[in-house]
Amino acid sequence: MPSMISRRPFGISLIAGLLIGLWFWAAPQPAQAEYGDVVINNYADAAGMRPVVFPHWFHRVRFRCKVCHADLGFQFKAGGNEITMAKIVDGQFCGACHNGEVAWSVENCAMCHSGVPGTPTHFHGSTVQRLVAPAFKPLDPAAAAGSQ
Amino acid sequence: MNITRNASIVFGVAALVLTAFLPAQQAAAQVSTANEFNVNLQKRDSANPPPWEDGVHDTDNEATFSLQPPEEAYQGLPRTRFGNRIDWVKALDDKQLRPRWDRLDSSEEPFVMDLDIVRPVKASMPDVVFPHRQHTEWLFCSNCHPAIFVPQAGANQINMSAILLGEKCGVCHGKVAFPVTTATCTKCHSKAKPADWKPPLSEATLKNPWR
Repeated sequence: MPSMISRRPFGISLIAGLLIGLWFWAAPQPAQAEYGDVVINNYADAAGMRPVVFPHWFHRVRFRCKVCHADLGFQFKAGGNEITMAKIVDGQFCGACHNGEVAWSVENCAMCHSGVPGTPTHFHGSTVQRLVAPAFKPLDPAAAAGSQ
Repeated sequence: MNITRNASIVFGVAALVLTAFLPAQQAAAQVSTANEFNVNLQKRDSANPPPWEDGVHDTDNEATFSLQPPEEAYQGLPRTRFGNRIDWVKALDDKQLRPRWDRLDSSEEPFVMDLDIVRPVKASMPDVVFPHRQHTEWLFCSNCHPAIFVPQAGANQINMSAILLGEKCGVCHGKVAFPVTTATCTKCHSKAKPADWKPPLSEATLKNPWR
């Protein structure tokens, strides 16, 4: 009798451990960036840079929507503004503030270019993203690159 | 008995650690999520994770770790259950946030227009009240008019499908402004129908010869 009692928890904990381990191992972990984060990868990957992650929350704490979307001419469309470094250096788009005067300057490349390489342009956590067009995210980037 | 129980725990933990650290590629490619329970109900394990834990920022990038975590900026702000889990409008009304209206001049005040637009809803949902005040606190007239909304009564056909697909209200709501969830329906659908209101009968019901 004591041997039966002692054997049962062994089996259960082993199976539970295996199952939990298997879940961590097999289940793809969804990205959980902040609501409103925009990944912009129009040209970055092709130029050998990480895609840009734009945090809306960070900017709306400091500026009203109007500053960028009316004064600076940002369209309401992820990737729809065709922003390039040349335009930024020229004082357009991000460059209106990220010039070392209002906000830090463009030499901090990796502060913006901080996304996981290969992430497509998308509006993170948006309703359209969740319901209609989930961002393509290869589970194995190496295999995906090989199959193209 | 104690020894065997302890051993079983040790084995369980060992199994967990072993499987968790095995290379993930082969198995992950075969897992289908098509028949998972409630695929559309994706609960987030943690709200407002720091950039280095959110899965979108690259952890191989050192600068990722010098970005501000949202939770740090959200201290003391009123919370909700959706979007950023911050009630941005309330935070602004309570003056807990003072975002600039002008890029350079922090003393400029927004041009606020206090005008509610009531939009009747055909179906049983309460009518929609659109408050200009909360919107003009953040936005300028030209952000919405006339490209997204024609500034004329009856000129704008709006339905929930369009909003969910990112048009009309959905240009912002569902992307940065509060999203369409069960918890947010009544934020817009806020004007109750009259007590004697009945839903209109559908055409098929009216024409049914076997009624």
